[in-house]
Amino acid sequence: MTIAPDKSTTDDIVVPEGHVKLVIDGETVVAPKGELLIRTAERLGTVIPRFCDHPLLEPAGACRQCLVEVEMGGRPMPKPQASCTMTVADGMVVKTQLTSPVADKAQQGVMELLLINHPLDCPICDKGGECPLQNQAIAHGRSDSRFHEHKRTFPKPINISTQVLLDRERCVLCQRCTRFSAQIAGDPFIELLERGSQQQIGVAKEKPFQSYFSGNTIQICPVGALTSAAYRFRARPFDLVSTPSICEHCSSGCAERTDWRRGKVQRKLAGDDPQVNEEWICDKGRFAFRYATTGDRFTRPLVRDAESGELRESSWTEALQVAAAGLTAARDANGVGVLPGGRLTVEDAYAYSKFARIALHTNDIDFRARPHSAEELEFLSGTTVFTNPDNGVTFGGIESAPAALLVAFEPEEEAPIVFLRLRKAARKGTTKVFHLGQFTTPAVEKTFGTLLACVPGAEANALNALPEHASDVVDLLSKPGAVILVGERAAVIPGAFTAVARLAERTGAKVAWIPRRAGERGALAVGAVPNLLPGGRHVANATARTEVERTWGVEEGSLPATPGRDTTGILEAAAAGQLSGLVVGGVDPFDLPDPRLAEKALAAAGFVVSLELRPSGVTAYADVVLPIAPAVEKAGSYLNWEGRHRVFGTTLEGTGALPDCRVLDTLAVEMDADLFTQTPAASAADLARLGEGAPSGSSLNVAAPLVSPAGPGKAVLATWHRLIGNGSLQVDEPHLAGTARPVVAKIAETTAAQFGLTSGGFVTVSTDRGAITLPVETDDLPEGVIWLPTNSGDVTVRATLGAGHGSIVSVSGGTS
Amino acid sequence: MFESLKGFGVTFGTMFKKVVTEEYPEVKKVTAPRFHGRHQLNRHPDGLEKCVGCELCAWACPADAIFVEGGDNTEEARFSPGERFGADYQINYLRCIGCGLCIEACPTRSLTMTNEYELADDNRQDLIFTKEDLLAPLLPGMEQPPHPMRLGDNEQDYYVNGPQLAKAAQEGKGTQQ
Repeated sequence: MTIAPDKSTTDDIVVPEGHVKLVIDGETVVAPKGELLIRTAERLGTVIPRFCDHPLLEPAGACRQCLVEVEMGGRPMPKPQASCTMTVADGMVVKTQLTSPVADKAQQGVMELLLINHPLDCPICDKGGECPLQNQAIAHGRSDSRFHEHKRTFPKPINISTQVLLDRERCVLCQRCTRFSAQIAGDPFIELLERGSQQQIGVAKEKPFQSYFSGNTIQICPVGALTSAAYRFRARPFDLVSTPSICEHCSSGCAERTDWRRGKVQRKLAGDDPQVNEEWICDKGRFAFRYATTGDRFTRPLVRDAESGELRESSWTEALQVAAAGLTAARDANGVGVLPGGRLTVEDAYAYSKFARIALHTNDIDFRARPHSAEELEFLSGTTVFTNPDNGVTFGGIESAPAALLVAFEPEEEAPIVFLRLRKAARKGTTKVFHLGQFTTPAVEKTFGTLLACVPGAEANALNALPEHASDVVDLLSKPGAVILVGERAAVIPGAFTAVARLAERTGAKVAWIPRRAGERGALAVGAVPNLLPGGRHVANATARTEVERTWGVEEGSLPATPGRDTTGILEAAAAGQLSGLVVGGVDPFDLPDPRLAEKALAAAGFVVSLELRPSGVTAYADVVLPIAPAVEKAGSYLNWEGRHRVFGTTLEGTGALPDCRVLDTLAVEMDADLFTQTPAASAADLARLGEGAPSGSSLNVAAPLVSPAGPGKAVLATWHRLIGNGSLQVDEPHLAGTARPVVAKIAETTAAQFGLTSGGFVTVSTDRGAITLPVETDDLPEGVIWLPTNSGDVTVRATLGAGHGSIVSVSGGTS
Repeated sequence: MFESLKGFGVTFGTMFKKVVTEEYPEVKKVTAPRFHGRHQLNRHPDGLEKCVGCELCAWACPADAIFVEGGDNTEEARFSPGERFGADYQINYLRCIGCGLCIEACPTRSLTMTNEYELADDNRQDLIFTKEDLLAPLLPGMEQPPHPMRLGDNEQDYYVNGPQLAKAAQEGKGTQQ
């Protein structure tokens, strides 16, 4: 070993405020107070082996693998110390395994001890090849074993949920999984059981590991003790090609790592992005990806045969010609409406936006394939569209906020990573979380939040009354950095956005709109709405229009100047024959506020073009179906709810699937219009040339109506989507579906008594459209309110009841 | 003169030696018992496949001649005891060098080699042997998968009691004990 001459004596090093000076392996280091020894050593480039230590979890000192020799004030500590639990101190002298034979021997000993009961099943273990224990055993372990007795055995893997399998033989009891569940996710369903050599991880018999974040425990397990049922035995780490990607499920835009092999995605792992998802993702983002490989995916364009009336496979040329001819005729008749859906990348949504304007000459375009309102559009186009991580709420902003008010937003179900940040912030005690909702959901408890309960539809009134009835909330929101998070459900609450804007004005709190779907924020930014052009430019603004016309190279004055129809407007017009055609992207008619109207509109519209991945409710009505690429087979970017660009590349190259922007570009060429969106890159460049428009300001003034009692035999319906339900991107995932929360109706105890219902019994909820019978549970809802999951299992509120959040429904006792 | 007769002497002498010519293909050569011939995917005594789709053979292969893709056994369609089976199995005999490393790698003794050496054809496609070509023939007492486990309740019965099962099946009992 070469010993470098001392460049400076240790006394020369200046120790900044809040830092300490110590010596590690003979090298003098300055470290911030409270830093763990293992991290200080890591900064020096010395990796101390560890299993239980994780930078985002609290120290545990469970595995004892990171032992080092420590000397304080010239007196060596009697035994080696765990460097993952010991913080740095001034004058400390630390010797790691590199310089201390004692530390090295201690680490060797711990490794030998850990391996005593660890089975030698690396060849059949999913972790083999990426296993910290395997790596460290090879790097630091003995080449032979001195243990000749029988190893402790357990029956091979047990399902601790349908998604997670536990192999107790392999466990080294580092407790990363239990600590993650208790600290980060707040779902302490998994715990250490028994004592001594029988100590093991386990779950309570009647309570499986029902957490939306259970997949993270598989990823952080340093051995193969926790494995995924969906990935089990599918591939080995060295078979896989890893591509960085962005999750396509919710509006958080989590960084992911997609591992694929032979043209098929095998698994997804959480990427490391401290600004967004840290190192965690939810189970939906991790496990729901097989929708792209289910057998029924469209591979060729379909054209409705004029004679038989059936869809038949056709060539791209023919399909595009038929679509272009049909759309041109429809445009020249009464016009065409465009429903792109909320799951598009920015580039694809931009192509829809441009296609509507220059190929179809219309502003009848709306990405909102869900209940919506004019008030929401006003709020989004006036305020939200101009927010970005620099001027708006961010994940980091949530973490440092003194208070967060959640309006019509169920974070755990709608944007799980926002929930994790809220919980992290609340756990530190820096953030007080207020939920304006209907009952104490698990998220309220796990964010240590306060429920501000109100009747569905009365949220706006409740907000307006905050200064009067809950001045402490207003005071907290007035502190700098406070945030108000609004969910997509606010669209069905009249006056909610007005009330939020007023409250924000009064308190100075920042407002963030957090939709459920990944593409909604991006679609808003590129003008896939009736009243905006790309960049937040208002369509009625002549200067903005001219700007866009010049950049697009179209004739001046050719862009339509009046705001178009919204989703319901488009559907009503189509149903009434005022629109002759529809271009529909990834829209499920049963997600729309009125599925019956949607079906009527699709049937009545003269010409329907569907751009889809798999058969949907639109396919039966489509005249032309154009297959498009799923997220893994195309490049692009999502704009997450913060307004942050989340760019991703193509994971599976060369599948031949075309992104929406390419399909629309070619279709537009057939209609004699140039979109210049041949590839996502071209589309992004075209969008970048436009830049951002000037804010026009919004004039929100919707009065909050008084909610009248529901009347005898009736109740007000509260409803929102569950994270794991009947979503179209969750098909063919039986393991994931098994971790969904039980489908039950929730009702207050007194209301239940009025209707003659008992907890555990059944309730029938009905409207003039239909009825749903499901088990009932009592909870702390307001009087006269019943809650149903919107789209889980047999409960499809919109399809069956045609109702939504705030609707009046009939309630009666039922039998299953 | 004497030199030319010497040459005939060699010819004459050879007439009394053992003939080395092989009468192939009329008479097939009998190979050594451990000759590395065409592969075979073996079956359990009840006809279930031994292959579990682990791909270790493909990993061991120095010539990259083997392709395996595993699949999941279900209650309705069971091809092997345990969780997984080899759904797709291909050996490319244009690449195979007959080294036998795949045989050593196989953890279930599913893959073995036969003595069959007639591996020639007039096109490349037919020399990629698929699972149908490689699977061992069904012997008496065997049943074409998919079918449920006949010899035990779980895969352990098959693996741990394999020899007894084989013996029992040979004796025509067909059951475990």
